[in-house]
Amino acid sequence: MSDFLPLLQTALELGLISSLTVLALFLSYSMLNVCDLSTDGCFTLGATVGAVVALTGHPFLAIFAAMAAGMLSGLVTAFLQTKMGVDSLLAGIVVNTALYSVNIAVMGNSSLLNLNKTETVFTKMHSLLEGSPLEGQYKLVVAIIAVILVILFLSFFLDTKLGLAIRATGNNPAMVKSSSINTTFVTIIGLVIANAFTGLSGCLLSQSQKSVNIDIGTGMVTIALASLLIGNTFFGKKSIPVRAIGVVIGAFLFRLVYTIALRFHMPAYMLKLVSSVIVIISISGPYLKSKMGLVKRNLELKKSGKEVA
Amino acid sequence: MLKIDNISKTFNPGTINAKTALKGLSLNVEDGDFITIIGSNGAGKSTLFNAISGVFFTDEGRIILDGQDITMMPEHKRSRTIGRLFQDPMLGSAPGMTVEENLALAAGSGSWLSRTSRKEKQMFREKLSLLDMGLEDRMKQPVGLLSGGQRQALTLMMATINPPRLLLLDEHTAALDPATAVKVLKITKEVVADEHITCMMITHNLESALEYGNRTLMMDSGNIVFDVAGEERSKLTSEDLLNAFKKNVGHMLDNDRILLEKN
Repeated sequence: MSDFLPLLQTALELGLISSLTVLALFLSYSMLNVCDLSTDGCFTLGATVGAVVALTGHPFLAIFAAMAAGMLSGLVTAFLQTKMGVDSLLAGIVVNTALYSVNIAVMGNSSLLNLNKTETVFTKMHSLLEGSPLEGQYKLVVAIIAVILVILFLSFFLDTKLGLAIRATGNNPAMVKSSSINTTFVTIIGLVIANAFTGLSGCLLSQSQKSVNIDIGTGMVTIALASLLIGNTFFGKKSIPVRAIGVVIGAFLFRLVYTIALRFHMPAYMLKLVSSVIVIISISGPYLKSKMGLVKRNLELKKSGKEVA
Repeated sequence: MLKIDNISKTFNPGTINAKTALKGLSLNVEDGDFITIIGSNGAGKSTLFNAISGVFFTDEGRIILDGQDITMMPEHKRSRTIGRLFQDPMLGSAPGMTVEENLALAAGSGSWLSRTSRKEKQMFREKLSLLDMGLEDRMKQPVGLLSGGQRQALTLMMATINPPRLLLLDEHTAALDPATAVKVLKITKEVVADEHITCMMITHNLESALEYGNRTLMMDSGNIVFDVAGEERSKLTSEDLLNAFKKNVGHMLDNDRILLEKN
């Protein structure tokens, strides 16, 4: 039990930080119905840009820079799919590939940056909380603040005229086409905001683990999708704020299961395989379930057919 | 208020599948008109609506709405003045969003970042209660839970909540059961009259074609073949309309639905 609490804390920290990416996909995938495959690259972009700015001694500016970089990346992805006739999946893949070069360039022709002696938002919070009972949880405090701010923003935003337009575009494109909503504009805004959160998520992870490498975001889109789908199974049909909290819980549960699996000697490299399997199960599960009825009926008919004969 | 001048549209031009759906069609619609449109399948009725609302651009001719040339105006911009309803009740509203959210989206008042005010919600509730379908008590429910008739009535409300200059109804009651269809038609008539909306309605029901509106058009092969209004129209029966079709088109209406739908 004694080593379970630190385990739980790590799962919470990592879960909350990556839940920002899950919230980004909540906006782009669940609301706008665009599967944004540039997420991996954008996450890394947030991490590298954030790290480079933090190295200059501005940990708070780093956060805004990372978000701005994410927005720019989202703008390019959205532009490609709305104005340049590139299929939305392909647009994400192409941007993701391009971002690999961009990220190496941002880190100054290196694939690794070290923030060991750099001041970050986490070290700032650490010194702020010194002596208080929360001193040990300084990482958690930063992550919780970020998640709460993003959830508050999304709850407000998705209820505005623009937010409703984004949701309608994802929910019934046929309706939106015949309405006065400009789908191009709505898609661009949605992806720009979503990628700001992805960038933020990457920035916080790099600052919390005090290093960035070029692979920091690899597989992030699958991990985030897995968390999103886990969250949706609990709160999929509730109101927007509840669903947003739900996907954060999903991200935490995902990390928790993964951390426990590590304790039982699952090798760390299995993370990506496990997240892929979770995504497959949560997407094909309902599909296969809907097919089961047909299969059953078919078998019954065959059986009774023999009896008739 | 709407002036259509000699528009033509050919789909897949230059291929074996080339189909001329509109052939030099001209039409003048007066302010406040309620025009019903009948014709066989493939006559070009929906194509005419699509041309007016900008789903595609016409190959030739001009479309002028309220003195403004909208021939090359994109669809979403025309939607501000032209409302549309389709046969499929699923096309007009977002199933995953609540009744209230759908109405707020359609009302579209205020800036992009404004939220629906309490006053607006009250207004939605009052409008919904006019439908007499109990929707005013289901404002927080997703639209996907409503029946086809309820959804179509809601779509009508969404299309007219900011009264458009022109309302295009493409067989909007054809997918509903007869009783609900009558109800939705009645609401349509009231809303159109109350808000003074110019309206064009495609129907396969000859009786409704004469019962509603002040002018009836008959279309065939991409053009208008029969146009009747005023006193002459008020004397017509659905049999006369069938005969007029035979005379003007040279063959019977090819659609059994029309003959059967004389309830």
